[in-house]
Amino acid sequence: MVEESIQREAIEAAVHAVAERIEAEKTYLTELDSAIGDADHGANLHRGMQAVVEAIEDTDEEDPAALVKLVGRTLVSEVGGAAGPLYGGSIMSASTEFAEGIDTASTVAFAEAYLAKVEDRGGATVGDKTMVDALTPAVHTYKKSIEQDELPPLAALAKAVDAAERGVAFTTPIRASKGRASYLGWRSVGHQDPGATSTLYCLEAILDVATEYLDGEIDRDATSPTVPDESAEADGSPEGEE
Amino acid sequence: MKKLINDPSDVVDEMLEGMVSAHPERLRRLDGTEVLVRTDAPVDGKVGVVSGGGSGHEPTHAGYLGEGMLDGAAAGEIFTSPTADQLEAMIQACDAGEGVLVVVKNYEGDVMNFDTAAEMVEMEDVDVRQVVVNDDVAVEDSLYTSGRRGVCGTILVHKVAGAAAARGDDLDQIAEHAEGVIENVGTMGTALTSCTTPEKGEPTFDLGEDEIELGIGIHGEPGTERVEQMPADDVADHLTEAVLDDLGLAAGTEVLTIVNGMGGTPLSELFVVQRRVDQLIEEHDLEVWDAWVGDYMTSLDMEGCSITVCALDDERKELLAAPADTPALTVRE
Repeated sequence: MVEESIQREAIEAAVHAVAERIEAEKTYLTELDSAIGDADHGANLHRGMQAVVEAIEDTDEEDPAALVKLVGRTLVSEVGGAAGPLYGGSIMSASTEFAEGIDTASTVAFAEAYLAKVEDRGGATVGDKTMVDALTPAVHTYKKSIEQDELPPLAALAKAVDAAERGVAFTTPIRASKGRASYLGWRSVGHQDPGATSTLYCLEAILDVATEYLDGEIDRDATSPTVPDESAEADGSPEGEE
Repeated sequence: MKKLINDPSDVVDEMLEGMVSAHPERLRRLDGTEVLVRTDAPVDGKVGVVSGGGSGHEPTHAGYLGEGMLDGAAAGEIFTSPTADQLEAMIQACDAGEGVLVVVKNYEGDVMNFDTAAEMVEMEDVDVRQVVVNDDVAVEDSLYTSGRRGVCGTILVHKVAGAAAARGDDLDQIAEHAEGVIENVGTMGTALTSCTTPEKGEPTFDLGEDEIELGIGIHGEPGTERVEQMPADDVADHLTEAVLDDLGLAAGTEVLTIVNGMGGTPLSELFVVQRRVDQLIEEHDLEVWDAWVGDYMTSLDMEGCSITVCALDDERKELLAAPADTPALTVRE
């Protein structure tokens, strides 16, 4: 396992990257939400991520599970609506998967636990035009890439982001059957889902940070059985794969 | 639009301050939250009963805090669910070690935030049970819900669960009584005018001068149809028949009825409606055990009313008749 201080650094970097990405996209997310929701998704997530950045900066906590739980808890209290419990509550609940620290296996477990909680809480499945449409293919792809295809984590994450991107595109032509947009019925057709879109942005931001970090200390740690060696990692960079 | 407010974003905070200053012997605010609890919460040896939801439905929920009803009430922003961390603080403050029953109105935001809160307190070993009220017979699935909406019938769940907790029932028994009410209660409402939220400052929806909306939701969500304004008796017929159709009660069943004001309708008009509801209950060979008339579950300044019918058995009658001492509802022995 990598030192906690480095894991904390990675979490902090991921939080900053997601916060910056959401800030950059908040107007666009709100536009998407005005078409089929209540026009607050961008602003709410932005407020939430700003609070997360502050919360992480304000704590000396180094335990990764506690830090990730704090991220979720802050989102729950700051985002509100349905996105608060969906994003924040699911992160909180899945944070226990990092009890033994962050390694490749625990990121897979975290992703699966997060997806399961989002599905359970929101009651949505693939095809309902929700964040689940981006999340499900991303999580399944990540797990399969690691466990079956034995790809290094970075390559697996890059594949997951691709899958999420296709999932987001898939939300445009379909009719919403969960969430606020479902009230519009057929009128929701032709609009991209804001929750799926913000999910993709988060994953993309995390991929950016992972790309930076997996050049650093984390992937050189020989104690983690699934950590890639240098050559595999080079193959697995987002540009290099496929 | 004229409103008796200061800054629109301060409405909930200032309203809660006012409630506590009017009922200092009954209500206490949890520091740093929009949660009110009974001054003596948590009550030793008693299961806690709590609720919460968006503001704008006063006296729901904080008006029902007190002996024989609720121990805690969380207020969200106007028509917006309280966040899960506030609900968590409320549940913890109302747990005396016997567990807490959480009464939720069926709206997606509320259900998700309450679910999250339940999970948070379970991590702290609080025994928590949740019941979801969905008494509105007007629409399946709506702007804010999967399934039916939770409206005025919620007050009866507060009353029955609160009375069961007060007499010492355990958490499972209380939840069962609450579910009993939910299975036997139906409500339908109508709006003569839209409500106006403080932030927006203009009506949420447009209704023609001589139009009313049947099946209206308590946030101004659309109902089943817009019709030309009609006499009170016809409105009462329409709403009551829809509720009775849904409940399908056997002749001779005893019922409690509520004619609930939406916030902007005078009591005189509510009593006119009540008179007709009473006749209808009799025409259906049902028996009125009790009839409540007043503003119980409002929608800000909306004009209109809802009609609730709850079928009773001996247990529910006993719990409804048990004493309650709250700012908005008092039942004496």
